[in-house]
Amino acid sequence: MKRKFKGFTGSMVVALLLAVSLILGGCSSGKSSKAGSETAEPYKVGAVLDISGTSSSLGTPERDTLLMMVDKINAEGGIQGHPIELIIEDNKSDEMEAVLAANKLIEKGVLAVLGGSSSGTSMAIMKTVQDAQIPMISLAAASSIVEPAAERQWVFKTAQSDIVMINKIIEYLKKNNMTKIAFMYMNNAYGDNGKKAISAAAPQNGITIVAEEKFDATDNDMTPQLTNVKSSGAQAVVVWAIPPSASILTKNYKDLGLTIPLIHSHGVGNQKFIELAQDAADGVILPIGKLPVTDQIADSDPQKAVLTSYINDYQNKYNTAPNSFGGYAADALSLLVKAIEKAGPDRSVIRNELEKTQGLVGVSGVFNMSEQDHNGLSEDSAVLVQIEDGKWKILQ
Amino acid sequence: MGEQLLQLLFSGLTLGSIYSIIALILVITYKVTGILNLALGEFLVIGALLTVSFKSMGMPLIAASLLAIIIVALLAGVLERLTVNKARGASSLTMLIITIGISISLRGLALLIWGTDTYSLPSFTASGPIMAGGAALNPQSIWVFLLAAATLICVNTFFGRTYWGKAVKASVLSPIGAQLQGINLSTISLAAFVFSGALATAAGICIGPVTMVTYDMGFMLGVKGFIAATIGGLGSISGAVLGGLILGLLEAYSSGLISSGLNDAISIVILLAVLLIRPEGILGAISERKI
Repeated sequence: MKRKFKGFTGSMVVALLLAVSLILGGCSSGKSSKAGSETAEPYKVGAVLDISGTSSSLGTPERDTLLMMVDKINAEGGIQGHPIELIIEDNKSDEMEAVLAANKLIEKGVLAVLGGSSSGTSMAIMKTVQDAQIPMISLAAASSIVEPAAERQWVFKTAQSDIVMINKIIEYLKKNNMTKIAFMYMNNAYGDNGKKAISAAAPQNGITIVAEEKFDATDNDMTPQLTNVKSSGAQAVVVWAIPPSASILTKNYKDLGLTIPLIHSHGVGNQKFIELAQDAADGVILPIGKLPVTDQIADSDPQKAVLTSYINDYQNKYNTAPNSFGGYAADALSLLVKAIEKAGPDRSVIRNELEKTQGLVGVSGVFNMSEQDHNGLSEDSAVLVQIEDGKWKILQ
Repeated sequence: MGEQLLQLLFSGLTLGSIYSIIALILVITYKVTGILNLALGEFLVIGALLTVSFKSMGMPLIAASLLAIIIVALLAGVLERLTVNKARGASSLTMLIITIGISISLRGLALLIWGTDTYSLPSFTASGPIMAGGAALNPQSIWVFLLAAATLICVNTFFGRTYWGKAVKASVLSPIGAQLQGINLSTISLAAFVFSGALATAAGICIGPVTMVTYDMGFMLGVKGFIAATIGGLGSISGAVLGGLILGLLEAYSSGLISSGLNDAISIVILLAVLLIRPEGILGAISERKI
């Protein structure tokens, strides 16, 4: 018995060591970038990003973009001689970790907080940041992050709100005389916000939602929901989801032989969606920021130069194409730098300057903030694209 | 309406055969060793991810699959020797906790190697869906179903007709008696783990084209397999297959006819119902079956 017990203890120790080493290995610590002139005091800027965990595909390009831009700004002399000291914290796509990280940044005395990457983590840190009276620029989509603006004085965001994208879709439906649609959405914050926005916007435009179906992010098969859509008499299907479930749905859609247009949201706006859905992605229509179709927009477009230079810088540094999530981070930092240039290191003046932003040309669109609008993007920030042979094509 | 019901039947059978095959592997290990291996879903995921990696190195699908099956079988064997075998004689609950530990470690390992990206595996047959009575059937579902059926037949033949199968059954019924007859329990346990690692990988490669593969999908698949096994009666091999199919059909019909988004709730309600009606079905069986 004693021998058995000893052997067992040994194996438990091995298992424990293995587990601990994996947990430690899995955590990536915050990185800070210190460079630039030594004369002026650095301006501290914090970022709370979803670098590991389920939203890491959003947080990683955002971190890379911020590091790249801060290096560039500091090499060019910083903000009026003050280098930027960027402190990045990983919230592991977890709402509690996000709050802890935000508190840590506040203790370090940052001038502003950028992040979180997803709607959930952004909503989580909002109260902490509001209470501490520190400007925050979220990189996520849900419009409830900045609305109602009266209760979100310190909160701004750079990703296009759901409603901007939905108006783009409604424009398309009207042009093609479609009045009956089916709406399918993910059972999470992103899907719920999309549903709220479309339920409000559709009736005002004479569009009826004849079928409404939801599914979980972990579901493997959306055929049952699509079967209902098929028999509902809808003229188009609008889907609010992100890959992989959005890709599975698209595959099922083709398998069921549905022929009405399939319209996705900007949540599928990365190459991963096409990779996973393979041929089934062909023909899918979606509204998206201009980044993936930069080569197709007119030279007269105000965003063309900004987009081209962001793509070139990112491509040169990381040897891969950037995506719209990195773009949200780029815009957040540009907005903040512009505001600090005018305000200096005073948080409440920075907030006021952010709110006064007018005509700032960014990667995601042209920002015009106001007291009521802390996102500042209009419908020209998005284009409708159709996927053809695995490539994004602007839909005329 | 008829067309819709048929479509839901196809969809339910697809899901059902995925759950069946996981339940089947779970029950086989349990029958042979008395251990509920909750790390099974992770074996499946690592097997599928290895296949993706080998394939992206340029190997043909069959070679990549075989290599992945061998590696995961070896990994399962090594883990059995390092943990379960050393703890032989400990209570069933301890064994269960050890397998949970293995599962968490493997998930961490998968995260380190493959990250949080989603990967897809190619379908075995490239053709489009098969249309029957106005409903579409994904050909890959047939492959999953075939794997479940083949495993069921092989395992039933093994336990019912072969010398070694009978020896294994005997060792479970009476460990001491079996040992006196020269049957090595330690070898049987090792074989059960190696076999379940290999079979889980084969299952992962079969279901990969339908479900896509991410590092963290093993947990939910393991839970669904466990629920399926519970519905069928934890010790019964045919019951596991039946339980999986029932669970798949219930999920498909409930999300198609009542409300979508109910899937996981339905499975948990079924699990609770089974536990309430037959509490001895699980907990009783565990404490009674320690080796």
